[in-house]
Amino acid sequence: MVIWIILLLMTAAAVMAVLWPLSRHRGFTAQQLDPDTQFYREQIAEIERDRERGALLDSEAEAAKAEAGRRLLRATGMTAADAFVALGEPALRRRRAASTLALSMIPIIALALYGAYGSPHFMARPPERQAQQQGGNFDLMTAVSQIEAHLAQNPQDGRGWEVVAPVYFRMGRVDDAVKAYETAVRYLGPSTERLSNYGETMVLAKDGLVSAEAQAVFEQAVKLDGQAFKARYYLAVAAEQDGKADKAKQAYAELLASSPEGAPWAGAVKQRLASLGVEQPVAGQGDAPQIGAEDIARMVSGLAERLESQGGSPEEWARLIRSYTVLGQRDKAVATAARARQVLAQDNAGLKTIDAMTRELKLTDAAP
Amino acid sequence: MIVEAGHFALALALGLSLIQFIVPLWGARANDPVLMSVGPVTGLAVFVCIAFSFLALTVAYVTSDFSVVNVVENSHSAKPLIYKISGVWGNHEGSMLLWVLILALFGSVVALAKDSIPMRLQANTLAVQAAITIAFLLFILLTSNPFTRLIPAAAEGQDLNPLLQDPGLAIHPPLLYIGYVGFSISFAFACAALIDGRIDAVWARIVRPWTLGAWAFLTLGIAMGSYWAYYELGWGGWWFWDPVENASLMPWLAGTALLHSTVVMEKRDALKVWTILLAILTFSLSLLGTFLVRSGVLTSVHSFAVDPERGTFILGILILFIGGSLALFAWRAPMLKQGGLFAPVSREGALVVNNLFLATACATVLIGTLYPLALEVVTGEKISVGEPFFNLTFIPLILPLLLLLPFGQTLAWKRGNFLGTAQRLYAVFGISLLATIAMFAFEYGGPVAAPLGIGLGVYLILGSLNEIVTRSWAKGTPLSVAWRKAANLPRSTWGTVIAHAGVGLTVIGIAATAWGVEGLATVKLGERIKAGDYEARLERVVPRTEANYREDAAVFTIYRQGHELGTLESMKRLYVTRGMPTTEAGIMTVGLGQVYVSLGEVQNDGSVGVRIYYKPLVLLIWIGSVVMALGGGISLTDRRLRIGAPVRAKIPAAAAVPAE
Repeated sequence: MVIWIILLLMTAAAVMAVLWPLSRHRGFTAQQLDPDTQFYREQIAEIERDRERGALLDSEAEAAKAEAGRRLLRATGMTAADAFVALGEPALRRRRAASTLALSMIPIIALALYGAYGSPHFMARPPERQAQQQGGNFDLMTAVSQIEAHLAQNPQDGRGWEVVAPVYFRMGRVDDAVKAYETAVRYLGPSTERLSNYGETMVLAKDGLVSAEAQAVFEQAVKLDGQAFKARYYLAVAAEQDGKADKAKQAYAELLASSPEGAPWAGAVKQRLASLGVEQPVAGQGDAPQIGAEDIARMVSGLAERLESQGGSPEEWARLIRSYTVLGQRDKAVATAARARQVLAQDNAGLKTIDAMTRELKLTDAAP
Repeated sequence: MIVEAGHFALALALGLSLIQFIVPLWGARANDPVLMSVGPVTGLAVFVCIAFSFLALTVAYVTSDFSVVNVVENSHSAKPLIYKISGVWGNHEGSMLLWVLILALFGSVVALAKDSIPMRLQANTLAVQAAITIAFLLFILLTSNPFTRLIPAAAEGQDLNPLLQDPGLAIHPPLLYIGYVGFSISFAFACAALIDGRIDAVWARIVRPWTLGAWAFLTLGIAMGSYWAYYELGWGGWWFWDPVENASLMPWLAGTALLHSTVVMEKRDALKVWTILLAILTFSLSLLGTFLVRSGVLTSVHSFAVDPERGTFILGILILFIGGSLALFAWRAPMLKQGGLFAPVSREGALVVNNLFLATACATVLIGTLYPLALEVVTGEKISVGEPFFNLTFIPLILPLLLLLPFGQTLAWKRGNFLGTAQRLYAVFGISLLATIAMFAFEYGGPVAAPLGIGLGVYLILGSLNEIVTRSWAKGTPLSVAWRKAANLPRSTWGTVIAHAGVGLTVIGIAATAWGVEGLATVKLGERIKAGDYEARLERVVPRTEANYREDAAVFTIYRQGHELGTLESMKRLYVTRGMPTTEAGIMTVGLGQVYVSLGEVQNDGSVGVRIYYKPLVLLIWIGSVVMALGGGISLTDRRLRIGAPVRAKIPAAAAVPAE
């Protein structure tokens, strides 16, 4: 509410700024009414002053004065036709029109634009909370820089690296987080939890791809502790990404079976299993309608038909290949890759796109 | 709250600008002083609104209000306060806001100049100004809104581009924008004169300070940008013929031409149509520069964000204003009265030659900048037009201009005497020639260009000082009298002399770069690297952690021919939020030259790649530019009325002045 009163007052002030000169009667100076002749008169006077100061020779001053005089003559001829009209009925009507224009146009334009792009409702937010949050934030920053200073002095303090790693991760400095975990593992030695966190950060740094290095880390974690749930989960994801759907299914199922009741990761595992085509009794999971594997399959077959009948861009072919892989239909993905190579035989850049996709999905038997 | 109020103020400014556009223009048509007087008041109101809006954004930055997208994207709570403030314009949205702020500021100064500008001219000018403001306000509000909110607010910002975290950002853009936008006033006056169909010496007198001021600021802005690139980017060069640099050089060249043609117009009432055209072209080039830099057509540190919608919008603005003003010019210019006549050999003639050279040089730069872009659009082929092109085209155009400069300055108005002028410059020729020969002897076997360039610089400096000498001293005059006479010369004369001497200093600085030496090596602790007479020894590498970056600082001891001169620090920084590395060159000033040490990669065995340069007299490049701007400033303080006085055929005393 307060904001609207402020905006209203601002609008009123702006409109008044325009109405004020329109409502005033005032005299106009000779300079304003007839500026040109005034200018040349001043010029002649100045030439005279210069001559007296000795800055101009007599002959120069005479010539300059003659020149200015000629211009003055020219200027006086033209002013009569251009006299100002400030009085009378037409002038009054013009003023009224201009006032109306200001009264209507300024508020309408300002409110329309602000209404379209502004966020007046944003005021509802209590300012104290924001201040508090920023204070807390600032403390975090100071803490981080203190730890960093400490680590610069004692780079072998594994505990410090382990503490700072998740903080880096939350601050969005994922690469720093990976390095911090790596250092922590180096100095503190491997433990299941440490290795799992290290591997998970590596996966997130690569946007969800379980790289060979990450896989090695997870395998080490599982070796230390056969029950390491996080590591086993990511190994299953790795198997899935490698196209070993059966192995992945089995790993997920084992993970689910050995998990305690109500484990926080159970939902994620069930979803993975569902995407691999294994039906799970979904109990009370989410009210929102989710896109099921069937919908995806329908969309994919639609895309496949269209590409076959009308052709399409290399990117669309690549998408189809990836879709089949996600659905766990590796053989179809391989066949599609072969078909795409056939269709795009003339298109070098397109072939590269397809190659890149098969490499990414590790469809080795689909290589040309 | 203040952010929303600032946003609203910007929308309000748009409404007010529309009034400022319509009502004064109508008043000027109808000869109604009351309607015309709406212009100045509205102009002030627009300025107040935009200033408030800018203030609101600054407050958001200073308090790190991360509910504003613009602040999140370009700030960080750990950033030092000065970069929080300068960060306001260190991004696309904020810099456009600064642009209109300066535009509105200049508009309000025109509005406040009540009695010195004829009313109708003022009304038309403010209307044209308002049209520019409208276009840019629409651009900001519709495509580049700095007040867009983020719900929910972010916890931390993404930090400012590290290259911009430098005091340079606090100085370079405002200076450059004052220059660019200052030319918008000359443009607005030119359009107003065309609308009114009248142009004369009164017009030139009013426009002159604006052009001069804009030119001086643009000079400083370009020099500052050049120095910033020199010490921040770490490649040791000061000008790269980069399209973004060219974008600022083109309005400067056109503006320099405009400056000189305005002088002719004010003194001699001649070259009117040409001056108007130059005023239009100069601002058009400023707009083109804004387009090139802001649209993302060119990628560089200046193009903060690439957005095709913005590019199209700016292109629209460009077409509207350049096309519109040129159409207005084509329609109205033939109706303007021609002014005074002059002989080909005269001060006016020399200024025409100056204009021709400058305009051609400007066209060269324009072609060199736009041709690669056009080629890429048409054929998809990427080429870069770099130094060789400009050395072959730009330099041959500028050299004769510089050689003729002292002549033009010495010639009389209306009709001059070429031989007489040459006689007055004999001594200058002689000394410059001696200087060149001395340089050749001194640096025997070195590059040829350097002594020639230095000779040219000396010739320019002496040639311009010569004007003071010939105007205040003749054979037999006692020194005290000559001194008084010199002090009594108009300040515009002094301004001209100083600005031209500044050109000479810059030329010397540029010529001396040919003597620059460099060394490149990988050094370990205690090892030395050599460039010419200078050596640097790597003493230690210190890691440091600051609020928003960490750096490895390498400390070097500098020696000249074995004598220790002191130490300098060269840094390699990593700005953690963006994960972006920067180099901070270590610079030691020795006289007017500089030792410049830039770090490369730190190897695993602790050795560091180091590049060392010694650049003799390099500071003169920027000192010369500052002197040029200073000359402009001194000329600006001269508010006398001017009229050219032709000299009668023979003035015996003034000829042949020996300068011993």
